[in-house]
Amino acid sequence: MNNFLLLPVLIPFFFGMFLIFNQKRLAYQRITVMLGLILAIISATALVFKVYQDGPQTVTFGSWPAPFGITMVSDMVSALLVLTTLVLAFFIVWYGFESIGKERERFFYYPGVMFIITGVNGAFTTGDIFNLFVFFEVLLMASYLLIVLGGEKAQLRESIKYILVNVLSSAFFVITVAFLYSVVGTLSMADISLKIAEINQPGIITVIAVMFLMVFGMKAAIFPLYFWLPSAYSAPPIPVLALFGALLTKVGVYAIMRTYTLFFTHDLAYTHELLLILSIVTIIAGCIGALAHFDVKQIIIYNIVIAVGVILFGVAQMNQIGLEGAMFYLVHDMIIKAALFMLVGIVIYVTGTTNLRKMGGLMKTYPALGWFYLIAAFGLAGVPPLSGFVGKLLIVQGGFQAGNIWTSILILASSLVVLLSVMRIFIYAFWGEQGQVSKQVNKTVYHRMFFPTMLLVLVSIFYGVGTEWITPLMEEAAKILVEPSIYTDAVMKGGN
Amino acid sequence: MEIIMAFVCGFLFMAAIYLILSRSLLRIIIGTGLLSHGAHLLILTMGSFKGSAPPVLTDGVTDYVDPIPQALILTAIVISFGVTAFFLVLAYRAYQELKTDDMTLMKGSEDHE
Amino acid sequence: MKTNDVILQFTAKIVFFMIFFYAVHIFFAGHYTPGGGFVGGLVTASAIVLLIIAFDIKTVQSIIPINYIYLVAVGLIIAGATAAFSMIMGKPFFTHYFDYFNLPILGKTSLHTAALFDLGVYLVVVGVTMTIIQTIGEDE
Repeated sequence: MNNFLLLPVLIPFFFGMFLIFNQKRLAYQRITVMLGLILAIISATALVFKVYQDGPQTVTFGSWPAPFGITMVSDMVSALLVLTTLVLAFFIVWYGFESIGKERERFFYYPGVMFIITGVNGAFTTGDIFNLFVFFEVLLMASYLLIVLGGEKAQLRESIKYILVNVLSSAFFVITVAFLYSVVGTLSMADISLKIAEINQPGIITVIAVMFLMVFGMKAAIFPLYFWLPSAYSAPPIPVLALFGALLTKVGVYAIMRTYTLFFTHDLAYTHELLLILSIVTIIAGCIGALAHFDVKQIIIYNIVIAVGVILFGVAQMNQIGLEGAMFYLVHDMIIKAALFMLVGIVIYVTGTTNLRKMGGLMKTYPALGWFYLIAAFGLAGVPPLSGFVGKLLIVQGGFQAGNIWTSILILASSLVVLLSVMRIFIYAFWGEQGQVSKQVNKTVYHRMFFPTMLLVLVSIFYGVGTEWITPLMEEAAKILVEPSIYTDAVMKGGN
Repeated sequence: MEIIMAFVCGFLFMAAIYLILSRSLLRIIIGTGLLSHGAHLLILTMGSFKGSAPPVLTDGVTDYVDPIPQALILTAIVISFGVTAFFLVLAYRAYQELKTDDMTLMKGSEDHE
Repeated sequence: MKTNDVILQFTAKIVFFMIFFYAVHIFFAGHYTPGGGFVGGLVTASAIVLLIIAFDIKTVQSIIPINYIYLVAVGLIIAGATAAFSMIMGKPFFTHYFDYFNLPILGKTSLHTAALFDLGVYLVVVGVTMTIIQTIGEDE
């Protein structure tokens, strides 16, 4: 029993509540939101160290014994993701001070951000499959608010489709949980893992596994179900887009990662082969989209799809190295996507357009922006020693170990496409003749937007260069994913 | 009983999908409502119909139904209530801004502004 | 459009209180039997909606001058604080406490912290429902 692990979920919740009051006073709003995020980051950092020293932490709500109450579990996987989420939210909110617009700030932007973080952190931490659904709904409700905030025509139009897709997938989630409950008779994730091994009903469990893949795949944007992502994400302003792009799809990826390592390990030849094929097709579809568009937002958005494919490829290998790579790449991708969206947001601010063909020659006027964009782009593609390299290396190594030679080579080839797609932005926007320049560029606004972005890129560089220090944490995380017994023991024996 | 419930759920899903595939935004929202009703009935069915007394603390009752599906349904109802309400407000705002509730006229992302 | 709805307005004034006190009854019934904050909140909201139908939003807003969004926040804080209270006591999150007390008129009564949580739910439900109805109803 340890309530400490709840703090990264509860602090954003309570601060979100306090932020509902005094909407009109910007100073109060900004100071409170930053204070809340800093407190949450401190608690999450302490949690990572505690988990590293003492193993997974659990708490079961309401003093119920473990499989009956709702358990919250913080193992290395969730603790790291929670910390990453909070750090990113901190930088994105900071960046948003100048670019989100005062109207949005006065109309529940900050409570929305805090709620989305509550939902994301809760989904990462929970150890109960129905509670996962509840936290999904919390973050979705907040995301509905954020995607429609501002009420522009494009936003209203796209948010209707976004909500409809998510309502459908939520209904499907409920149905899947109902099936799972009728088969195993429990909702605690650790208990489900034990019961599935006991009841020996591989057929029906495989059906449920595929249904879960559809539910989470819709959120994570894997191949046939990513159709909603590009148009929905193009509507909201850049800080909201960065928040969505960095966090929301990753929650789906985490859920697939968790369920496919903890529950559905009975028939790897079917379920994980399916995951492997889907991840490869996802990468190909994302590559085509990323190369086809001339809209800077769309290029980065399709890069989300590619990254989801790469992470799930690592999960599909089901060996220590592949999963360690998947964890490395997941955290890397969250950081670098937020950084890229922020950089692209500055480019859009400076040029006043999202169309690549109209841009050009920014290297002369904004050299620092150019260099940091180049670093982030190399990091995304995985150029050593930047952050994407280690994750991809481990994923491919895992692929070779599992005997998937050709698909692993395809992953490597996809890096080139990723590099090409982001270098296109660099070439078109920063080189060449002077293109369109926005008339209302304010230097102080530019610097205030650039500073948090620069810090985030530096964090990503540190994540790549400091692999030496991060590796033990990632190994710990991968060990839990490979051996579910560590997780189930922590819940069933550690509870109370 | 399970057979009847299976048909009821199936019928609700059928009606929901028909409504969601229609053009009018209001029908789509009603469709999502029916979809969640179907899902809730499915939870009830999946929890099995054993037991006779409600799962409320009363003296001398031993044969009560499984409370978990009911708790799940209550939670899911509250959530779908919130989402449907939000969706309705959004649909109304969209109707005011875009002057249409026809989904076929809400296409496209390139030609906006 | 000016309509003569004297009967509706007169009835609504009385029925409002009936519905409201029935909602309070449902809320407290939820202590050990079916009922509770969610249903009670919805019934209360429907009572206010009846007033809005009989009169109009501006009049009702002046009778009940509550910012419903703040009501949601207060409700969530009460619910969250009740759940978090046990953290201070060193018990797992959401642990509830209850005991029997001899209250003046009511006699021996059981008091339960779950009722506080339910009060939070009640406020949230009233707040959310009324916010939505106000948003749609405002610009007519």
